[in-house]
Amino acid sequence: MAPIVIDEEWCKGCYLCIHYCKKDVFGKSKKRNARGYPLPQVLAPEACTSCRNCEFICPELAITVEKERAR
Amino acid sequence: MNPIGEKYLRKDSLPFLWCPGCGNGTILAATVRAIDQMKIIDQVALVSGIGCSSWIPVYVKADVLHALHGRTMAFATGLKMSHPNRKVIIFTGDGDCLGIGGNHFIHAARRNIDLTVLMVNNQIYGMTGGQVAPTTPLAAKTKTSFFGNPEDPFDACELAKAAGATYVARWTAAHPVPLSKAIVEAVSHEGFSFIEVIAQCPTQAGRLMYGISDPGALLDFLKAKTVPVKQVQDKNAEERKGKITVGTLFHDTERTEFSKRYFRMVERSKEDV
Repeated sequence: MAPIVIDEEWCKGCYLCIHYCKKDVFGKSKKRNARGYPLPQVLAPEACTSCRNCEFICPELAITVEKERAR
Repeated sequence: MNPIGEKYLRKDSLPFLWCPGCGNGTILAATVRAIDQMKIIDQVALVSGIGCSSWIPVYVKADVLHALHGRTMAFATGLKMSHPNRKVIIFTGDGDCLGIGGNHFIHAARRNIDLTVLMVNNQIYGMTGGQVAPTTPLAAKTKTSFFGNPEDPFDACELAKAAGATYVARWTAAHPVPLSKAIVEAVSHEGFSFIEVIAQCPTQAGRLMYGISDPGALLDFLKAKTVPVKQVQDKNAEERKGKITVGTLFHDTERTEFSKRYFRMVERSKEDV
């Protein structure tokens, strides 16, 4: 499990993170950001394996998968 | 914004102008990661032309030259010859590189000058509203080809190889990690390096040509058409038909690079006098 941070200011709601997460960590959120884009949310952080697919694919560089200390 | 973005992007010019789900952002991130890995941010010069993909370097905190439409190679050649120690990376689109600047492109490849070209291929003129581009597939419907595109598309990698490029690779926006590696390889390669990146354009190409406007589904569709070069190396053209080969397609380290040869000639002419 690794903490995932979504930068809601820059997210444009393309949901590529939801599409590319193999463990279904993300889900759609009902929230919208200041520019009106629908946002994703982290639903199952415990399923995350830190593969960082979401971080690499995110076109807005809005996702950070923080490094685990003990590994 | 992730740490790599915090470190290398001009935060005052954000947000990116691209549509939601555009592949250009992924390519920007891959490039910045490659630059970070090589630690060459103060040595690079980023050159771009006109189009959606040519906005990629504008957001990077580095030396950027936003050139005329199609004239990226001409500007970059001048830049490289005046500053031979610079690592020049060119960002260009399929229309900018093969359509408007086609001739500059083949001549830069012919000279084998040490430039790295990242051609983002979204198969359509996206910024202007979805017209036929030199890379639009045969029979694809666009805003200017209602009954299907009657023209055959360019294979940019084959063109680069034939014109004399010494490093040729192709990836898609769905391969951000190999793309990053390819950029590192291309920048460290001495000679003309060409990387074609197939990107999704959900707004124009996806909607008009494939009828898919969801970026994830479109990217999956494009990725499903790709096949690694190792699998098709010994197959003939018939079996390769309809498939996009990805990977390092060509790498030649033998040919002399242009600026090296040129400056060697300058030195030699000084000795003769």
